[in-house]
Amino acid sequence: MEHYNMNLNLKVWRQKNSNTKGEFKMYRVENISSEMSFLEMFDVLNEKLIADGEEPIAFDHDCREGICGACSMYIDGKPHGPWHANTTCQLHMRAFKDGDTVVVEPWRANTFPVIKDLVVDRTAFDRIIQAGGYISVNTGNAVDGNALPINKDKADASFAAAMCIGCGACVAACKNSSAMLFLSAKVSHLALLPQGEPERHSRVLNMIDQMDKEGFGSCTNTGACEATCPKEISISNIAKLNQEYLCASLTSEK
Amino acid sequence: MFTSSIGRKLVMSFTGIFLVLFLIVHVSINACIFANDGGEMFNKAAHFMGANIVPRILEIGLFLGFILHIVQGYMLEAKNRKARSAKYAVSYGNKGSKWYSRSMALLGTLILIFLILHLSNFWLPNRASQGLSLSGEIDLYAKMKDTFSGHNPVTAITILVYVLGCAALGYHLAHGFQSAFRTIGVHNKRYNKMLTSIGYAFAIIVPLAFVMMPLCFHFGWIS
Ligand code: HEM
Ligand code: SF4
Ligand code: FES
Repeated sequence: MEHYNMNLNLKVWRQKNSNTKGEFKMYRVENISSEMSFLEMFDVLNEKLIADGEEPIAFDHDCREGICGACSMYIDGKPHGPWHANTTCQLHMRAFKDGDTVVVEPWRANTFPVIKDLVVDRTAFDRIIQAGGYISVNTGNAVDGNALPINKDKADASFAAAMCIGCGACVAACKNSSAMLFLSAKVSHLALLPQGEPERHSRVLNMIDQMDKEGFGSCTNTGACEATCPKEISISNIAKLNQEYLCASLTSEK
Repeated sequence: MFTSSIGRKLVMSFTGIFLVLFLIVHVSINACIFANDGGEMFNKAAHFMGANIVPRILEIGLFLGFILHIVQGYMLEAKNRKARSAKYAVSYGNKGSKWYSRSMALLGTLILIFLILHLSNFWLPNRASQGLSLSGEIDLYAKMKDTFSGHNPVTAITILVYVLGCAALGYHLAHGFQSAFRTIGVHNKRYNKMLTSIGYAFAIIVPLAFVMMPLCFHFGWIS
């Protein structure tokens, strides 16, 4: 693909902290390479802001290779920008044309309050994981790789669900700010494996309980989450989660 | 169990499927008018439902189902709206979801408006004439003819509400039918596809059959 440079107008959400009201500010960036990532474009802008004595724009990032889930930006009305199955750090500037105006907002959900500018507090996800998204194992020597036979289809389905990077795009895209795609990925990937069996029922009950306490909306199966998920987590995991929940509620004494 | 977010969805799903079953009975009985026999067959079927203790008791369950579905529907919608107080400036993030799947409460409200008019057109006068007894029904076929065949503003508005109500029902079911089965946990890809297809077929055929009833009377296609 041909390399080109572009000038862009950015409309970016600025907010000092969670207690102040934020607002959009316009910025102009020049000579941006089509091969840069969206975050590198923000680096260029921030260097300019620092040189000008202004406060740089705060945004979350870590791996910059699409695996950590930190880079939450709502770009032109879509979580992680216009590309399908992609994270903001992996979004390249060739997605845009010279002269474009790009609107960048933080995730919007009461469960993800803005900490600063584009950074939101996603510890609600951590608390959901702490409520049950783990397995108990005996410590000691590592178990032999193939000691435990696992059906190939289940291993594949479990692995596909385990792809979830906890970015929160599903919540950001959902009209109900529901965390069900995230939760369903976390519950499915353990429920499909023998290692997840001991806590199978308490896991789903406790995690749903925590999700409700955090105040996420409830799922209406619209499918917006699946369409926006950078890891293409399937919405059928949500039905699987519903089944896990129904079974656990009917059979456990909790 | 039924107070958690998934539990409340289960209530929507169970009551939704129950209402779908009701629609099958309702549309089958009403389709008797298409026999075009001056309402003989239809009135017989309606008489069975109105003059028999079993359907009359089931009717109470139906009302409970409707109320549960509607109240829970509005409560869920309110809770879901509250989960995001700051709105997005630009949002086409719902790309990948159908508009009707995002408008279940709006479609439900249209159905509710229709439902109120519909009950006051037929159910209320019929039960008022019956009281608590199992007899004394009115001639429902004549009542239908009377309600729909006039050429005046009231009839025009009535028919409009019926058409809108049926359209809303179609879209509500186009999403609701398959959604209900996902909510109870059907996640086999083949069955989900099958249920989606059945849902679309149901969502087209049943409202279409219903909407043909006022239209047939109005335009004199059945007499
Ligand atoms: C004959 C009438 C109706 C039928 C057959 C019907 C059927 C259904 C079905 C099958 C669902 C899917 C449940 C699920 O996703 O688990 C549903 C959802 C819903 N219905 Fe109805 N419905 C009817 C009337 C109404 C009315 C009058 C309202 C009024 C508000 C309403 C409001 C809703 C809402 C808000 C949902 C979405 C709930 C959710 O997915 O969270 N419905 N309906
Ligand atoms: S399900 Fe997808 S969109 Fe949601 S947190 Fe996981 S990776 Fe992100
Ligand atoms: S920075 Fe890690 S996924 Fe984008």
